[in-house]
Amino acid sequence: MIHNGRLFALILATIAVLFALQFALSDYLVLAATRILIMAVFAMGYNMLMGYAGLLSLGHAMFFGAGLYAAGLSSYYWGSSLPVSFLIGILASAAFSFVIGLLALRTTGVSFMIVTLMFAQAAYLATLYFSRITGGDQGLTLPTDARSFSLLGHQMDMTSDPVRFNLALAIFALVLVFMFFVTQGPLGRLFAAVRENEPRTRMLGFDTYRVRLAAFTISGTVSGLAGALYGLVFGYIGSAFAGFHYSIEALLFTLVGGPGTLLGPLLGTTVMTMLIDRLSGLTTAYLMIVGVILILVNRWFPKGILGTIRERALPWLK
Amino acid sequence: MSKEFFGGRGVTRRRLLQGITSGGAVLAAPGLIRGAQAQAGDAIRLGAPFHRTGIGASYGRWYERTAMAALKVINDQGGINGLPVEIIVEDDGTDPKRGVEVMEKFAAEYKVDAVFGHLFSHVVAATAPRAGELKMPYFLCSEAHTLASGAFNRYCFQPSITDVKSQVSSMAPWIASNLGKKVTLIYPDFNFGYDHRDNMTAAIQAQGGQVVADIAIPPTETSFTRYMPRIPFNTDVIYHVMVGPAVLTFVKELGEHLGSKRPEIFGFIDSLEAVDMDIPQLEFLEGTYFWEAMPRYAQADQSAADRDFRAAVGVDGNGASLSDPKDVATYAHMFSVWETLFAIKQAMEMADYRGPGQKIAMMEAMESIAGFREGTEFPQGDKLFNGKTHQAFGHQNISQVTDGRLEVVHRTSIEDTLYPDECDYTQMSF
Repeated sequence: MIHNGRLFALILATIAVLFALQFALSDYLVLAATRILIMAVFAMGYNMLMGYAGLLSLGHAMFFGAGLYAAGLSSYYWGSSLPVSFLIGILASAAFSFVIGLLALRTTGVSFMIVTLMFAQAAYLATLYFSRITGGDQGLTLPTDARSFSLLGHQMDMTSDPVRFNLALAIFALVLVFMFFVTQGPLGRLFAAVRENEPRTRMLGFDTYRVRLAAFTISGTVSGLAGALYGLVFGYIGSAFAGFHYSIEALLFTLVGGPGTLLGPLLGTTVMTMLIDRLSGLTTAYLMIVGVILILVNRWFPKGILGTIRERALPWLK
Repeated sequence: MSKEFFGGRGVTRRRLLQGITSGGAVLAAPGLIRGAQAQAGDAIRLGAPFHRTGIGASYGRWYERTAMAALKVINDQGGINGLPVEIIVEDDGTDPKRGVEVMEKFAAEYKVDAVFGHLFSHVVAATAPRAGELKMPYFLCSEAHTLASGAFNRYCFQPSITDVKSQVSSMAPWIASNLGKKVTLIYPDFNFGYDHRDNMTAAIQAQGGQVVADIAIPPTETSFTRYMPRIPFNTDVIYHVMVGPAVLTFVKELGEHLGSKRPEIFGFIDSLEAVDMDIPQLEFLEGTYFWEAMPRYAQADQSAADRDFRAAVGVDGNGASLSDPKDVATYAHMFSVWETLFAIKQAMEMADYRGPGQKIAMMEAMESIAGFREGTEFPQGDKLFNGKTHQAFGHQNISQVTDGRLEVVHRTSIEDTLYPDECDYTQMSF
């Protein structure tokens, strides 16, 4: 049974529109959309924790990096096929986020933010420390034979723009539907209960630590999935992707789009990516303009674009 | 529900939708902003992804000035094959992800003929594979050995600046015979530092010397005193390649630790590019040595090409801006942008290039070039260009800090900088 049928219909319509975009948009915007879809998956992972479970992490780049490195290094050193590398990336980030969650969730509030930040910084420095394996800050360029794979008899060429777009879209759609069923089902309600009133949820007999750990692990795994996809689609892995900057990007994308809304991360990623893309061609002060816009958004629309619309017009948009 | 659902602040649903629609149109539509609807054949368009922001910003600022100065010279000479040349600059934020995005923008939106000007090696490493996939000629102004090691593709070229392997191996004999054979390496604990550590260790051992200590310092470090006692007493030469904002602290603390009875010190000017040498914090460096690809200070035997280059870019004899003596240039590196533009020009003229349909002919022409002669177009000096590895080889300078200026004390031959080929890009398909 599907709860919130209107939201599910909107999700299906969004996927259909995204599919149609490749026939309407210019070549460059299709390339940009490919990147946006991958980064939107990252933001969706972040949104699971921040928006639905109410836990503000400052270190999600470590999960993005975990997926990126697990997938990329397995492809680089073992020559594993892209689907296998992708799977390795997902499994590694799931295991990594579970272990980090076990430790980090012993804290709450500001302490939780600081602990996630510290873990992420340690993970980032580890990618530099083991540079003989990871390539450090310079990174590793994946070999040419890691740029294609066979799927049901069809050769999928990662250098082909339509293949990249449709692959990114397919994975984005799968994650979106998965997120829908998680957040709109019983587990999602538990996440919301923990977010809104943890002591009360505990009093009702739920083990809130486990609930938060589930949210943390799903969030980290989806973020890692995005990292694995990015590394394999773009053929490059490097420590910059595990840096603090990327943790903040996920936070910003989610904040702008609307924390706790399923489509908010996609909207936030699109707005921020295209804003930076357009403004950087106009002025060197584009980051300053982006900063001012973020301050204004936070001042006037603290719940993000879709969060504001949900609050004032469409309560089912969550 | 109220029509003014934004709390009566005068924002109606209609106005909101209008705003979203018009904002979306601006964000989505290429060509509304600028220069996107180029017509092939009316001009040569080059994409320049410079480090305008991020950790490479001081380099990016001067790379851009140098490119614009070279562009003026080229267009004053009649452009390339009679076509005017345009440069479209985008900021890559010295970020690998943004570097890839900008490469896609140049290829698919601006539809440029070639891209040039990337410096930082992590941005290059991320962007190079994408350049090959987008079939975009990509001219590097970097120093990493990655291109010449065969890790990239046939679309990538480095026709001006030399790579770290070439630089280090050519200077090691001079260091061993003039400064000493027992070397302590101090380097940043990431890839740039490892490149130096590995190449210097091999090069000094080839000279019969040895590395007596190697000290890797994490990039986040802001105080260095605890590393200083690890410098062995029997050190003849300290070889340092520290970079970043803490480099002035590093030099100051190195001076406090070693005092007047210091060993010889040899560094890479990368540490102090865009930094005035004649400041109190750097007094300790008096008498020490630096690598420079192109001497920052005009030398007594300054070439006419160097004089013309400084005048064209707006740099004085001390390597600072003519309009602001405090604005010190990244002089040892930025010539590579100038020379790369003239290398592109030469290859395009050889191929009678008139539009993107002739990209392959242009790249084959580039591969056939054996070198460049010193002159206005190549002010740093003569170059050998290896068409197989797509890498240039040129003279290196060793300069000594004398009265707060860098004076060249040794210039290597090009032959000193050569090493056996490690790849052959001409065997790859386009």
